[in-house]
Amino acid sequence: MVAAPDEIVDLLAGFVLFADLPRPQLEEVSHSLDEQWFSEGQRVLRQGFTGSGLYFIVDGEVSVEVDRTQRARLGRGEYFGEVSVLLGEPPVADVVALGPLRCLVLAEPEAEGFLKAHPTVMYRMMQAQARRLRTANLFRG
Amino acid sequence: MASERPFPPGSYPVVVVGSGPGGLQVSYSLSRLGVEHAVISSDEAPGGMFRRFPLFQRLITWTKPYAPVELGSREYERYDWNSLLGEEPSHRAVMPPLMDGTSYFPSRPEMERGLATFAEVGGVRVRYGCTWKRTRRDEATGEFVLETTDGEYRCRLAVFAVGMTEPWTAPIPGLDRVAHYVGMKAPREYAGKRVFIVGKRNSGFEIADGLLPLARQVILGSPRPARLSVMVHSTAAARARYLQPYEDHVLAGGTLVLDAAIDRVEPIPGGGWRVHAAGTTRPGDLVFDVDEVIAATGFKTPLRDLPDLGVATFFQGGRLPAQTPYWESPSVPGIYFAGSVTQGSIGMKKYGSPSNSAAVHGFRYNARALAGHLARTRFGIQSERPRLEPGGVVEYLLREATVAPELWNQQSYLARTIELDPGRGIVDAGIRPLAAFVDEAGPDAVAVAVETDGDGDIHPAVYVRWEGRVDEHLLPSDQQHDFGGAEHRAQLAAVIGDLLE
Repeated sequence: MVAAPDEIVDLLAGFVLFADLPRPQLEEVSHSLDEQWFSEGQRVLRQGFTGSGLYFIVDGEVSVEVDRTQRARLGRGEYFGEVSVLLGEPPVADVVALGPLRCLVLAEPEAEGFLKAHPTVMYRMMQAQARRLRTANLFRG
Repeated sequence: MASERPFPPGSYPVVVVGSGPGGLQVSYSLSRLGVEHAVISSDEAPGGMFRRFPLFQRLITWTKPYAPVELGSREYERYDWNSLLGEEPSHRAVMPPLMDGTSYFPSRPEMERGLATFAEVGGVRVRYGCTWKRTRRDEATGEFVLETTDGEYRCRLAVFAVGMTEPWTAPIPGLDRVAHYVGMKAPREYAGKRVFIVGKRNSGFEIADGLLPLARQVILGSPRPARLSVMVHSTAAARARYLQPYEDHVLAGGTLVLDAAIDRVEPIPGGGWRVHAAGTTRPGDLVFDVDEVIAATGFKTPLRDLPDLGVATFFQGGRLPAQTPYWESPSVPGIYFAGSVTQGSIGMKKYGSPSNSAAVHGFRYNARALAGHLARTRFGIQSERPRLEPGGVVEYLLREATVAPELWNQQSYLARTIELDPGRGIVDAGIRPLAAFVDEAGPDAVAVAVETDGDGDIHPAVYVRWEGRVDEHLLPSDQQHDFGGAEHRAQLAAVIGDLLE
């Protein structure tokens, strides 16, 4: 099949989370995600605010901040907001754009249905969470 | 006569481009605040996109001639999504008298007439037949220079209210060879034909609905399952008015609504088109031989050379300009937007629900707030900021949450704000973008918005800024959307009581 020259689909194909999806499903995912643009200093996730989402960074970098202290920096291909979306609770951190930022967003109400419809994405997300847990345990140990 | 045309080329503090509802509203509101400006438009008369669209001549935004509140009042705006905002009685609610009473969705000609009426009674002057061609920056003065068919306009601030009506065709091989929504033939031409519509948003469903009595078969296809407004609580999803094709599909009436990635569209020798697709929610290859294919894949903003000037864009390769919460280009300060383009200023987008900035009933409030913002920040013109007594704040904010059309039509997007002014006490700071309130520094203050959560529950949300930190507090919903009861009063008083003391 000839692939549609869709920039977003090509980008998603390069994300680890979507590595198992064939092209038609990637197109469906690309249409399910909302594209948003943020300028430098703009908050993307707001600590303690309801109704957030799962964000995939397409271009740019963000700072993850708890009570205004930076805890991490994330860049292209990485995602954030998954803990809040999976637990249905407000984010425990602010996420702030460190420059012009383009993201793809899956809104919280759609996350459960989306992950159940795409179990390979859910599995990859679980692997990422497991790695974080392992790192945290090693740190503690 | 040409000599009677206002705003000849020259230098103006602000130039507004466009004479659709966005341009008319921002010009009207700027005039009311005393901000001198010029308005230019390539059209010959007011109305913008409504001079031509919707194709099937009936809007999807309602105006209720009989509403629970007095016609022409501020509260009535919540029930009249199509009139622009007037500051005087004769400028308000211009739509209901122009409608023939057969539908609470105005026809396209009724809407066009309504906008022309508003421009006339509201005294909105426009230089028609003046087409903006190119834009540059005068490095010496910092001014923008808009080159038009009539000559050059120079300004420090430009507001582009140019709509989002330029056809955008999805990058599918062969799709550029078929008609786009804006260029489809007269409906009768599709009689007895098998028609494939690429796209399952409102424009796709509008065409499908219009062709039901004509086409031999209608097939709608796009990768994602159709999102329905009644399910996702948003006007951005397919509206109930257009869902007859969907019911036809569900009841196996012959119409097909498919979740499929369109791979390519090829002409069939001798006539017609072959559509190659791959199922998404139900995998499998699909091939359709049809008489006609229509691309209902959306629209983009006609930004001309603004990206070359540095205006950042986004959304599928640049269909919209990026914007701050006050609708300014973050990459080229001084360039502002009004009208449906303001959907590019995302706002809070809580629970994934977009603002109504793509439609008149949303962006008319953006335009008025923008005019106030420009007057305040660029021209030093302060609007009245009424003082509030501490004992009346709770009741005032809850009444706003119950009746304010800005809060209901722009949920989670615009908010009623009050500030603690050290000199004057508690003052009403007006309707502001919620994203600006929660993310920008400012005095101790409170904002109230109306929000719909992921379950469709509609409730007031209170944002309290205290010593630089903003916290969110959600109040309960009410089956009749009345937030003025004892429970709401007690909860809001508990939330803002300390601040007011």
